[in-house]
Amino acid sequence: MDAPFFFHALKVNEEVCIGCSHCMNACPTEAIRIWRGKAVIDENQCIDCGECHRVCPVNAIYVDQDEFDTIFNYKYRVALFPSVFIGQFPDEIKASQVYKTLLEIGFTHVYEVERAVEILNESILEYQEDTSREHPIISSFCPAIIRLVQVKFPSLVDNILKLGTPSDIAAQFYKKKLIDKGIAKEDIGIFYITPCAAKIAAIKSPVGEEKSVVSGAINLNNLYNRVYRKIKEGNPDNTIEAEPTELYDFEILWTLTKGESSRVNGRALAIDGIHNAMEFLEKVENEEVTGIDFLECRACHEGCAGGILNPQNRFLIVERMQDRVARNREKGGNITPSGINNYKEYLKRKLPLGEVVPRSMMMLDTNMAEAMKKMKLAQKIETQLPGIDCGACGAPTCRALSEDIVKGNASLSHCVFVQKVLMKNGEINMDTAFAIIDKIWGEQRVVRGSLKKNNEI
Amino acid sequence: MDFIFNIEGGDFTNAGFASSEVKKILKKLNVDPKITRRVVVALYEAEVNVVAHAYRGVIHVDIDTDHIGIVLDDEGPGISSIEQAMQEGFSTASPKVREMGFGAGMGLPNISKNADVLNITSEVGKGTKVEIITYLKPQ
Ligand code: SF4
Ligand code: SF4
Repeated sequence: MDAPFFFHALKVNEEVCIGCSHCMNACPTEAIRIWRGKAVIDENQCIDCGECHRVCPVNAIYVDQDEFDTIFNYKYRVALFPSVFIGQFPDEIKASQVYKTLLEIGFTHVYEVERAVEILNESILEYQEDTSREHPIISSFCPAIIRLVQVKFPSLVDNILKLGTPSDIAAQFYKKKLIDKGIAKEDIGIFYITPCAAKIAAIKSPVGEEKSVVSGAINLNNLYNRVYRKIKEGNPDNTIEAEPTELYDFEILWTLTKGESSRVNGRALAIDGIHNAMEFLEKVENEEVTGIDFLECRACHEGCAGGILNPQNRFLIVERMQDRVARNREKGGNITPSGINNYKEYLKRKLPLGEVVPRSMMMLDTNMAEAMKKMKLAQKIETQLPGIDCGACGAPTCRALSEDIVKGNASLSHCVFVQKVLMKNGEINMDTAFAIIDKIWGEQRVVRGSLKKNNEI
Repeated sequence: MDFIFNIEGGDFTNAGFASSEVKKILKKLNVDPKITRRVVVALYEAEVNVVAHAYRGVIHVDIDTDHIGIVLDDEGPGISSIEQAMQEGFSTASPKVREMGFGAGMGLPNISKNADVLNITSEVGKGTKVEIITYLKPQ
């Protein structure tokens, strides 16, 4: 396999994986195969959407994150967290308490990412003024969507909004603010509290940016537990004072479905859920739907409230965030400035993204003549397969197996139906057939015709 | 390589099937995304034309390393003046078809914009044949 383009945040824990194939069937880009009884993710095809993580029954898909203690490698430790983090906590726990507790557990500064939304929103509206751009403009907010476009809809890469995200702006702002206070660059650690794997991948290997200013990504779920526990313990540190927590309504709601599309010009649509996004982008690519100015696409249902690392139910999170907005309104909506606007021009200069390159991974070969030969062969192979997509070969569909075969990654005898025919014709014997099955599903998994867990033997 | 697709007149639900399939094929063959897009947009328009105006049709797609040739052959009322049909905004689509958001008269001019060669022949009362050629290398 070629060197992967990207760092990926989703990994398979081979010790835990039981090779049940749920993830293989859930993957929207067909990036997963089962081999030797374990799930294997093709790094060139993976977009870090986390669908595999959602369906794994034994939590074998893990997110490659930075451990909490790494924050202590820095003298100044900034927690950049998204508004959905506040949405995890029950109503009786106020935002100010969460802010304060983050300081108590070890951060020296806290900053809610969505405070940067106002600047981004303004920049998007300015961006839209240039009508020569490819339409619809596709939001650059969700990294899984950017990667989806690169892999599956390469002709739409120019449609991606070439502006960074609220977390990019917030990170740039906070770093600059501390540096301006005379703090040495190396002493500043900026940690993004992430609701998903996609954001981690975006930090470790950003698309359209050279290097992220974020030092690390902390799993939102882990941090939630740490903070909640601290709050439950009682005895808060009264010497610490929380910073103001008010945000504009549209800032709090930005990462939820319609949060962004409702704040841009022209005809804008919000699509959430990776499969919905794929279905829609397909139509956009064919120009089956036209006349749309802006597309907000999010890999997760209900936007970031549906991120895989959120401990709470997405609908409850949305409700709480809306409650927070309502409470803000009751208070009269006065916002204490965070100082970000003093850096507005600086931040806007940092906002444009470089080119987003296609990385079409669907091709059978880079050379078209070769690819045609392989396609013909794959078609021929496919007609020999039963077409029931049972997955017993370790590939998600019969077509996927036939393409794996022509790419040299599998063989026809991986298909259990083909094996049966081969055995009947005396071309292979029972032992060979079992050996093949062992290769796919792990040694000794098949015992007397029943699928068993590896360790039960 | 040859591929064949059938189109049913009036079946708007499935208009776009052939273009999506052809798109998948071209992606697997590593055809430049920009060229793929042109082929698919032209084919989609042509597909919708058949669905909107004809009784049924067949699409032949022929792919090789220097060009993609598409022929849509339909049985239908045919076009009396191709010249007129080529004009932007001209449409013979029935009110019903227009109501569904199709047939705004974008069809043929949009195909022509996205094709390197466009040949249309038609016999009134019999049907229309549309040939779209896209070159993969600069000619
Ligand atoms: S879903 Fe099944 S195959 Fe995939 S990682 Fe989890 S246990 Fe392994
Ligand atoms: S919608 Fe939000 S939480 Fe989900 S993958 Fe995209 S950025 Fe992450």
